[in-house]
Amino acid sequence: MTAARRIDSWGRVLHARQLPVPLAWRDVSLEALPDSSLLAHGLGRTYGDGCLNDGGALLLTRGLDRFIAFDSKTGILRCEAGVSLEEIIRLALPRGWFLPVTPGTKYVTVGGAIANDVHGKNHHRAGTFGRFVRAFELVRSDGRVECTPEKNADLFRATVGGLGLTGLVTWAEIQLKPVTSAIVEQEVTKFRSLDEFFALNQEADHKFEYTVAWIDGLATGRSLGRGHFISGNHAPADLAHPGKIRAKPLLRVPFDAPKWLLNPVTIRLFNTAYYHRQLRRVSRSTTSFDPFFYPLDLVGEWNRIYGTGGLFQYQCAVPPQSMREVIRALLVEIARSRQASFLAVLKTFGDLKSPGLMSFPRPGATLSLDFANRGEVTNALFERLDAMVEECGGALYPAKDARMSPARFRRFFPAWEEFARHLEPRFSSSFWRRVTDAKGARA
Amino acid sequence: MKRILVLGANSAIAQGAEREASRQGDALFLVARNEEHLAQVADDLRVRGASQVHTLAADLTDATRHEAILDAAEAALGSVDGALVAHGVLTDQPAAERDPEVLRRDFDVNFLSAASLLTHLANRFEARGSGALVVISSVAGDRGRQSNYAYGSAKAALSAFASGLRNRLAKSRVTVTTVKAGFVDTPMTAHVAKNALFASAGDLGRAIYRCFDKPRDVVYLPWFWRPIMGVVRAVPERLFKQMKL
Repeated sequence: MTAARRIDSWGRVLHARQLPVPLAWRDVSLEALPDSSLLAHGLGRTYGDGCLNDGGALLLTRGLDRFIAFDSKTGILRCEAGVSLEEIIRLALPRGWFLPVTPGTKYVTVGGAIANDVHGKNHHRAGTFGRFVRAFELVRSDGRVECTPEKNADLFRATVGGLGLTGLVTWAEIQLKPVTSAIVEQEVTKFRSLDEFFALNQEADHKFEYTVAWIDGLATGRSLGRGHFISGNHAPADLAHPGKIRAKPLLRVPFDAPKWLLNPVTIRLFNTAYYHRQLRRVSRSTTSFDPFFYPLDLVGEWNRIYGTGGLFQYQCAVPPQSMREVIRALLVEIARSRQASFLAVLKTFGDLKSPGLMSFPRPGATLSLDFANRGEVTNALFERLDAMVEECGGALYPAKDARMSPARFRRFFPAWEEFARHLEPRFSSSFWRRVTDAKGARA
Repeated sequence: MKRILVLGANSAIAQGAEREASRQGDALFLVARNEEHLAQVADDLRVRGASQVHTLAADLTDATRHEAILDAAEAALGSVDGALVAHGVLTDQPAAERDPEVLRRDFDVNFLSAASLLTHLANRFEARGSGALVVISSVAGDRGRQSNYAYGSAKAALSAFASGLRNRLAKSRVTVTTVKAGFVDTPMTAHVAKNALFASAGDLGRAIYRCFDKPRDVVYLPWFWRPIMGVVRAVPERLFKQMKL
């Protein structure tokens, strides 16, 4: 019969065994579930251990994939928590509505988007996903509660960005946004340095709804921080051509790549070629929303190119006062380590307040990079980066994290004690046990 | 637009087919045991574009209600173009070995109730000279295996029944499609570790819906089960009985 089995997160660095408990209907009650500790698990796109519960049970929410109501006049959608963002786009885009905020993959569930209070390329205009959550139902050991920003507001604030630890979200109601088109008018500008990035960004934030930059994480010296600034707006065109919505990736990585595939030489070659692929400084084009928002979704299981050792994603936020200096210092350290891979993204966050107690996005800039897991060398680099992030008053993103220390977690998220009062006692995660470990906090 | 009756409408595979029907704007009449779940399924299908969704909560093992259920579906939809017989339970094999009552009870769900409904539907469709019947059977019915023969024998009976019905109706314009489903990732198989042979209920549902547009006789879903079961059936019994299956 049912037994615990290994279920990995996206980074595939940490291995956890847990009892899988598929959920099919939202009338679930916690008494009917196994006695062990519980955690909801959707599409498993969390990089570290935020979606793992070693030794406990995982409530697999993908069976909760029903829509409940959609009003195509107001754009208000109510659906079960296991519905993916891809399924929402498929339903709503042909009717003129799009996600108000979307992360870089559409293969996440609504429950996961709430639990991590995800952000996207329009953070400077729209803030986080949680700002568009109108209501949700939370199943706890003392029953079911409906939470809105006004009703059970404490629990609402704790659950948005609350890493799934306040109970099981069964359904949510979100406000979609009207769009004129599924086509995005894109502008890509090559920049030669970090200073150029900040200059471009300041200008673009007023002109474009979506902005993000790809950075060459291996460039040094005068080229430090070079990259492509990618900005876009929904095209004013009509919806007659809704664009292709890909249900499944175009291709799939069929096996774990060997360790040597990604090394400083191959990545430098790739980065240099990618940087120069655009000859002109500015290139304008129109593209479907799919490659614009979700370029990585075209390749299924792309995490396998990092081999069996897995990957880390390092994503930090640094406050506006010191962001120029700190981002530069981080990039110097990363380039010197020669460990960065080709996925490196820089974006500024706006001032719109995140609604969750534990939400990661905050004003300033956010830098995120993928690193193949090379054990101690990688860890040592992260320690140096952590120290810089901590000193400037920044934070790391729990959704991406597999290794931050308990002491740093507490400094990055000072609201954690207030948050802990709202924990559902039957729920826990590998992440939470790690960052609240008392021994580690003293160290 | 088609008008489709679904029996066992809450099953994951049936929901996959209903979602595809909804995308096409079809009108649906859903029958299942759990009323609350049925309402949740109906809401979902309305959002997905179904032109009408009617529901009726009923225990299909009560054969005395079968005529009334069909009357209700015809009254609500005006007429029924096609019916999907999708209800079933996965029999707990060790329990059925200990207690033949388990066997009887599940045989009633998986075969007798389905055969009764198919008889009424076939008679009505034959009388008016049109209609599409789609029956969800299983590869488990192709050969009895020690791990699953209680369930498999009921599905074998259902496959044989559908085959006979297809033969009887061949000269009328009524079609009968037997769907032999392989392993599907559904709540019914929640306790089983998944491997590459498992298909998603959504993919299976879409393929099943196509049987209303393009009726076929016997379809294996996914397709690769046809050669697999060809091999399984070809093994001589004196070898087969020694195998651990």
